[in-house]
Amino acid sequence: MSELTDLGVAAIRDGVAGGSFTATEVASAFNTAIAAAQEALNAFIVTTPEAALEAAARVDADRAAGKPLGKMAGVPIGMKDLFATKGTATTAASHILEGFVPPYESTVSQKLWDAGAGMLGKLNLDQFAMGSSNETSAFGNVISPWRRTGDTAPIAPGGSSGGSSAAVSARLAPAATGTDTGGSIRQPAAFTGIAGIKPTYGRCSRWGIVAFASSLDQAGPMARDVRDCAIMLEAMAGFDAKDSTSLDLPVPAWEAALSGDLRGKKVGIPREYRMDGMDADVAHSWDQGIAWLKDAGAEIIDITLPHTKYALPAYYIIAPAEASSNLARYDGVRFGLRDLPEGAGLQDMYAATRAAGFGAEVKRRILIGTYVLSAGFYDAYYTQAQKVRTLISRDFNQAFQTVDVILAPTAPTAAFGLGEMVSDPLAMYLNDVFAVPASLAGLPAMSVPAGLGREGLPLGLQLIGRPFDEQGVLDAGLAIEVRAGFKARPAKWW
Amino acid sequence: MSVDTATVAKIASLARIKITDAELSAMVPELNGILAWIEQLGEVDVTGIEPMTAVIPNHQRLRDDVVGADPLTGGGIRDAVLANAPAAQHGFFGVPKVIE
Repeated sequence: MSELTDLGVAAIRDGVAGGSFTATEVASAFNTAIAAAQEALNAFIVTTPEAALEAAARVDADRAAGKPLGKMAGVPIGMKDLFATKGTATTAASHILEGFVPPYESTVSQKLWDAGAGMLGKLNLDQFAMGSSNETSAFGNVISPWRRTGDTAPIAPGGSSGGSSAAVSARLAPAATGTDTGGSIRQPAAFTGIAGIKPTYGRCSRWGIVAFASSLDQAGPMARDVRDCAIMLEAMAGFDAKDSTSLDLPVPAWEAALSGDLRGKKVGIPREYRMDGMDADVAHSWDQGIAWLKDAGAEIIDITLPHTKYALPAYYIIAPAEASSNLARYDGVRFGLRDLPEGAGLQDMYAATRAAGFGAEVKRRILIGTYVLSAGFYDAYYTQAQKVRTLISRDFNQAFQTVDVILAPTAPTAAFGLGEMVSDPLAMYLNDVFAVPASLAGLPAMSVPAGLGREGLPLGLQLIGRPFDEQGVLDAGLAIEVRAGFKARPAKWW
Repeated sequence: MSVDTATVAKIASLARIKITDAELSAMVPELNGILAWIEQLGEVDVTGIEPMTAVIPNHQRLRDDVVGADPLTGGGIRDAVLANAPAAQHGFFGVPKVIE
């Protein structure tokens, strides 16, 4: 039965529909794989094997009764623990949400269950999705299933969707949800040799997702290939009146329209992304990507995105500012942790609760956000950053007048070892240098595996598209996937 | 602009996060490192540029003015609202005494 865990979303959906195996067999196989890996990888905060089996039994019964099956029928998935799941603890990997059991279901997770998916468990992440290595979780680090060649040192699975990336690459789930505020789907996907797409801002409802930076947060799928991402994104996307920024647009049939034929398409190569001292493996894989897209029929055009170097500092004003406001709700009154020292008043209770509940990185970002929004500094920091954000968005608009899609690396290096970056917050932030510009402009962007670097760790390539053009991103991703022929997987050591 | 210990203590108080002296002295250089790096934004000429308000053009909707039109966001669910409260009492959120 173990080979069932090698199957992706499309293969499971088709196999269940065709009767090659049952959804229950699939769910059992993944439940077994998770149980065997949990201690070593720590990818899940909570496992929910019964939920996966119940969903599978419903699909098997529907099939037996001849009822129509959903887009994700029989596919068990991992759910990033940032999505509220009714009756199952939801923590955002923070102590401050300890004991919180949502009485409601997030829109995106509900859509996935309605499409026939089942929940294997809630996946670990950086606390409140703030981090690039999954080292800020209150529930311990996630360990990547990947290791450097000839070395057993633990490697970061990326972040913030590090449980998602570890679980999918270790074959503990065929796919998982992620969320991306400044690269949190794309960077972990690149670090673990899987695919992941952040759609256009507004495609997926944010209702029921623990908020980090509301003008940037977007949910998206993480899976082993481009087709699987297209299928799952179709199930996740769609208008939701409960999210005021939800796009009131029909969900395209991305899977059916997939085509790796790029004849007549123009691909932009942004010169500002080729930075001084760029990692040789990353530069090489980018050059390979250019050659692959040319081979697929695309015309390659050099473009300029002049404000690229300002994207990351602008992000580290805007995202903490929004976070400091969003996280004001954790006050020890309505849900989650309460720390009430003997004889304390209400204000002391707030301060004690937040001190005990938030991790160091979350506090750091709340303090930065509070500072840049405070009287006397608002214009110099926050307004300036929002103006720079306009310029970054304008750079992309101008580029998209001549090109259809942009190709760039996903991250500046392959995965690093756990503990190697954690003492220097600024060095950690720089990991998102290639991912953040598309987030600030709300654009669809995807990472696909491109190959292995010199240490035997995966490298990803990023495709950035016009607003609403997930299809263009997926198609170019498919063209790379076909030519990269990425078959590497982590050797099973757990 | 850089921050000193007193400023960080003030920010922490505004953010309602209790902070120890040891945390405070560790946080000052970290925040200054980040703020110094952010300073480069000042180089950008933003003359005549509007600050971004909506990243993807969208229109603001008003929902129908009907109570409980969507049961997920409607009223009449007091017990569900209070279910996660650390100290719910008599149908209310319990907090420490605020009036002497």
